[in-house]
Amino acid sequence: MTLVLQGVVSGLLFGGVYSLMAVGLTLIFGVMRVVNFAHGDMMVWGMYVAYMLATRAGVDPYVGFVVCAGALFALGFLVQRGLVDRIISAPHEMQILMMLGVALVLENVALIAFGPEPTRVRSPLAAAAVWLGPIFVDVARLVTFVVAVALTLSLWVFLFKTDLGRTIRAAADNTYGALVIGTDVRRVYAVAFGVGAACVGAAGALVSPILPFQPPTGLSLSVASFNIVIIGGMGSLLGAFVGGLLVSLAESLGAVFLKPSLKELFSFSLLIVILLLRPAGLFGRRAS
Amino acid sequence: MKWALAGALVALIALPAVLSSYALTLFILIFFYGFLGQAWNIVGGYAGQLSAGHAAFVGVGGYTAAVLSIELQLTPWIGMLVGGALAALLGAIIGYLGFRFGLRGFYFVLLTVAFAEICRVAVSNIDALGGPLGLYITFTGNPRQFQFQDGRAYYYIALALMLVATVTAWAIERRRFGVYLAAIREDEAAAEALGVNAFKYKMLAMVVSSFLTGLGGTFYAFYLFSLQPNTLFGIPLSVEIIIRPIVGGAGTLLGPILGSFILTPLAEISRLYLGQGGLHGAHLIAYGVLLIGVVLFLPEGAYPRLKRALARTSAER
Repeated sequence: MTLVLQGVVSGLLFGGVYSLMAVGLTLIFGVMRVVNFAHGDMMVWGMYVAYMLATRAGVDPYVGFVVCAGALFALGFLVQRGLVDRIISAPHEMQILMMLGVALVLENVALIAFGPEPTRVRSPLAAAAVWLGPIFVDVARLVTFVVAVALTLSLWVFLFKTDLGRTIRAAADNTYGALVIGTDVRRVYAVAFGVGAACVGAAGALVSPILPFQPPTGLSLSVASFNIVIIGGMGSLLGAFVGGLLVSLAESLGAVFLKPSLKELFSFSLLIVILLLRPAGLFGRRAS
Repeated sequence: MKWALAGALVALIALPAVLSSYALTLFILIFFYGFLGQAWNIVGGYAGQLSAGHAAFVGVGGYTAAVLSIELQLTPWIGMLVGGALAALLGAIIGYLGFRFGLRGFYFVLLTVAFAEICRVAVSNIDALGGPLGLYITFTGNPRQFQFQDGRAYYYIALALMLVATVTAWAIERRRFGVYLAAIREDEAAAEALGVNAFKYKMLAMVVSSFLTGLGGTFYAFYLFSLQPNTLFGIPLSVEIIIRPIVGGAGTLLGPILGSFILTPLAEISRLYLGQGGLHGAHLIAYGVLLIGVVLFLPEGAYPRLKRALARTSAER
């Protein structure tokens, strides 16, 4: 029983990162209808930026995540401006091809720059733990969770309470209408892509002391975020948030009940159940 | 055009007589990826349902034939068909889940990716299938065991596979079936309004495509003598399968083959020259840049462009 509770707690705490990662993906998809196949690779770059900050400048990743978010915002902004913007109305397969190209470049530049060995960022917090009765709570996970949820909430405030955020949502809802009232849609798109990348960059930095990473990790992170976003409903921010927690919970319990290498099977089974019962996802509007 | 194709075919049949063993390997890979691309093209190109998990069918086909051969001593020539049938069954399941709810575009892409990953994780955890280390096939050189002393046998098998898939695609393209698929790809709602049973034809396309891809699994396993879940079911293989037809021109008969003739040598040559010298990954950066370049400068694929250029030169004549 304790073991199960332990699984629930660590699963939920880790889920904050999954949520933040998926929120970034769903934002990009919701606004531009482009799936960022380089999402996980961008996350890995967030991790390596945190790693460099920690090893070169001694910045703790729980502070350095701000810099990571900024760096990834710039990367996302540039990728949108330089590449995605040119194919925004191209057929799906061309968009996928381009994002796969971006993913290959990001992954392998990281491979050349940092080598293939698994890395982890040291943080004094990662060693600390508190006991809640019989349950062991990793302080690093707790801080990661709190910061990730706070970032997701601030993204929500940004999208719903600020002018720029409202413009982004307007462009997502009705691009043509936004153009008619004089919105600079290209700029809005670039900002939205940047913000989505910043989310995943921050998520990467926050998880870097907990999760050992190497350049190919990006692919499995991309797949995990796709999974979450379908479960939550594509384009739905709330869905991505809840989906992140659910998937992490499923994986954590899967590792408790079966063996850890089977944990992904649990989240994928969740995906199939969702597709059978609610194909548009938990919070998605029905696919038309 | 017809004569040019016949000439090309004769040349390809005669070619092994003069090829070095490295060039032979290169051609085997060109044909094999051309075959996989053509099989994908049926559902991904003609029907416009972008499956990004076709590696799952390669894996199911390859593992089936290998297990039947290792455990039951069944010849892979029959195992190949069993593997294809199981791959088609998996294709039907994925298609049913996806098409029943009209999952389209990226939704379908992600569904197929997820299924391939489920298969990969499951196979990695089944000890009878060798777990994460996979299965190895002992070399006997016995043609009954799908093994040949002479590399040219693999060359002709790969060529035959590519031709089978291409003839299948050609037959579909010429029939009503192909017209329905094109209608579904261009505007599914309009096609349904005209009485086309979109679900049925998309399912059919998926089943044919996954069956053919499953056949390829046997070739893959018995050509390389080993099967690992991460290579046979992995996303990188799915990506290799889809990029050739897209680069060549998805939904065209010769696009996948042209794409393979362009990309496979580029991938191999860059692996040869950039993959050495300690810079692992440099060739994949070049590959990634190439993909981005294709999207920016050849957005409809190479084949339609080539066809127009040929039409222009013949019109001038």
